Amino acid sequence: MLSRVADSIYWLARYIERAENSARIVMVNANMVLDTPKGMSPGWRPLITITSSEELYDQNYSEDSERNVVKFLIGDMNNPGSILSSLWFARENVRTIRDVVPRETWESINDLHLYAKTNLRNGLSQRARYDYLKHIIAGAQQITGMLAGTMNHDTAYHFLRIGRNLERAEMTIRIIDVRSASLLPHKAELTPFENIQWMSVLKSLSGYQMYRRLMQVRVGRPAVLKFLLQTREFPRAFFHCICEVEESMRRLPHNNKTLAILAAIKETVLKADLAQLEQQALHIFIDDLELALADLTTQINNRYFVAEPSPIKQSG
Amino acid sequence: MTIRWKSYQNQDFYDELVKGGGRARPAAATLCKYLSSLKDKDIEERKSAAELAIHVMGVSFTVYREEGGSIDRAWPFDIVPRVIAKSEWDRIEAGLKQRVTALNMFIDDLYHEQRIVKDNVFPREVLEGSKNFRPECVGVNPPLNIWAHICGSDLVRDKNGTVYVLEDNLRVPSGVSYMLENRLVMKRVFPELFENQNILPVDNYPSQLFDMLTSLSPRKVENPEVVVLTPGIYNSAYFEHAYLAQQMGAELVQGSDLVVGDDDCVYMKTIDGLQQVDVIYRRIDDEFIDPEVFRSDSTLGVPGLMRAWRAGKVALANAPGAGVADDKVVYAFVPKMIRYYLDQDPIIENVPTYLCMHKEERDYVIANLSKLVVKPANESGGYGMLVGPHSTKKEIEKFARLIKNNPRNYIAQPTLALSTTPTLVDLHVEPRHVDLRPFTLSGDQITTTAGGLTRVALRKGSLVVNSSQGGGSKDTWIVDTGET
Repeated sequence: MLSRVADSIYWLARYIERAENSARIVMVNANMVLDTPKGMSPGWRPLITITSSEELYDQNYSEDSERNVVKFLIGDMNNPGSILSSLWFARENVRTIRDVVPRETWESINDLHLYAKTNLRNGLSQRARYDYLKHIIAGAQQITGMLAGTMNHDTAYHFLRIGRNLERAEMTIRIIDVRSASLLPHKAELTPFENIQWMSVLKSLSGYQMYRRLMQVRVGRPAVLKFLLQTREFPRAFFHCICEVEESMRRLPHNNKTLAILAAIKETVLKADLAQLEQQALHIFIDDLELALADLTTQINNRYFVAEPSPIKQSG
Repeated sequence: MTIRWKSYQNQDFYDELVKGGGRARPAAATLCKYLSSLKDKDIEERKSAAELAIHVMGVSFTVYREEGGSIDRAWPFDIVPRVIAKSEWDRIEAGLKQRVTALNMFIDDLYHEQRIVKDNVFPREVLEGSKNFRPECVGVNPPLNIWAHICGSDLVRDKNGTVYVLEDNLRVPSGVSYMLENRLVMKRVFPELFENQNILPVDNYPSQLFDMLTSLSPRKVENPEVVVLTPGIYNSAYFEHAYLAQQMGAELVQGSDLVVGDDDCVYMKTIDGLQQVDVIYRRIDDEFIDPEVFRSDSTLGVPGLMRAWRAGKVALANAPGAGVADDKVVYAFVPKMIRYYLDQDPIIENVPTYLCMHKEERDYVIANLSKLVVKPANESGGYGMLVGPHSTKKEIEKFARLIKNNPRNYIAQPTLALSTTPTLVDLHVEPRHVDLRPFTLSGDQITTTAGGLTRVALRKGSLVVNSSQGGGSKDTWIVDTGET
């Protein structure tokens, strides 16, 4: 298949996933802010940190008010990671490859972008925001489901899965990183609120209920970390995402390097003794994972999306 | 009963379906009788069925829009087909083939000996003033000596019913996908009409196009790699590019997907590495195909593509330089070309054309601007034209100046009384003006679509058939009634 088509489908998946993730973290944060005691709330700044967009945000906004952060994350077209931008990019990507994806998918993506745009005011208002974000999340899931259920599971589909799972993996470790750092200091009387915060971490990833089912222990730091980093069962767990990427990567040509990186990442994650990682060590650990992912995406990019002009070799 | 042919008002023009007094032309008889048997409810039903089919099939054309994006609009379509008798079509088809043959010989001659210039049949000054003559193509020998592989000539009819060629499009003519989709829609909406009469099929076009393209392959391999080269999604014909690629099972590529190697071969970038390309159906204008040779600021094309083509390592359709015959002044000479190269009389005539480069004709044109249509030699899409009867005194003065300053660049034609055809307005029919664009393919053989794309001016009295300006289209039926 054409490199450009592979590139487009990979990014299509990333953008859809990104829109969904952004919607979820805004929704959960709004909830959490309401539950945390006055003066102790981490506020809205962490969302800017999670999405790695501090610089861009600070250039355009002077304070971290709810209004500003929500506007930046939902509807700001200057922010390439906002929900609206992500959906717009997804739409532009799929437009060039309409012959590769089923028609209905193109229509759904078109619809979702149109919805996000025409109802933007709802997204910004406190009262209507929940429904707006819920619609975005459901729309993204519908697209993912449609592709899984109606598209040939061929090379193109594997690029789609790789894009989606890499975006997910990255989001999961960023949420862990930022959320664990902004947690309250260890004090007995604050314990209930610490739980609330770890619960919000799980909820940011739609993982609270599945955590309960799988881990069967109370919500606490070591178990949440294990659940989100090391389990194969939870679809938003880092390890799960990496395994999915690996599975798809095996179907692609010229995959030696990328498979080697994936194997190394898997080993690092599984070997980590998470219970022993203090905050600083956890931060460094996650940094390493982020670097490894960056290395992997560069490899994917060089290997599949930018075919080098020489040496000339013929194939197939 | 809602469509009454007796009250159909078409007396001022030649009508494609109906003669005076509401009598149907023989080839349209079955259709007209059937239409007049339909009730309001039936017509409404068929109309919405057609709209639904167009929506479901995703037939669209792209219009530019703010914020860097663009939108697809549903294709405006009229369910009353335009009908041409096969006996008449046979003659038109022969005329189109004759014309394309002469045009290809002309282009090949221009890039080689230029015999036609030396023999004083084609004026040197026209050649020298030609915008689309490419010195870069001189001496190149494309496969089979063919330059214009896909030709879309626009045909019109005058008041007497005579068919004329209005212009030839040899660069990147578009519209054929709509011709194909129109037929699919009609088969869904009026299956019974197709069952009971002999309407020539059009849907073999993609496979004929594919066969023609593969016949150009420089590598004699069993499955040459054929690609469609598009400028991308912002091009108004992107739907068509994607459609044709899909129908041919060819890869749809953009300039950045291709690369020319040191071996002068063209490769496309795939996830497996580079893969050689043999034939490129390019839908990008000459000026943009190779920044090394033409516009260096263009990012649409492929650096080195001309080098690969000149070395004979890749075939380009249409060949670069073929646009020299798109020139409207060159158009005026096509009947002469047919006589010169083929020693035949033209089967289809040109619309009478005045060349402003000739003093006598220029004087006539300037004295009669309010009656004529003036066209610049190398614009397309109706840009830079003067439509005399619909223009102001100021515009006429402006064109008189333009013509005097650059007579080589202008031609003039009488304002044509374009033929009409019944078109659905609300739930009855009214006459609307039409033209016709058939597509002729030239490879190891020449084939023409059965009919072509009929464009219709949907506004009453309007002569503008362009889709971005309120025009629409119709299915075109070549009906075989058995008469010869």
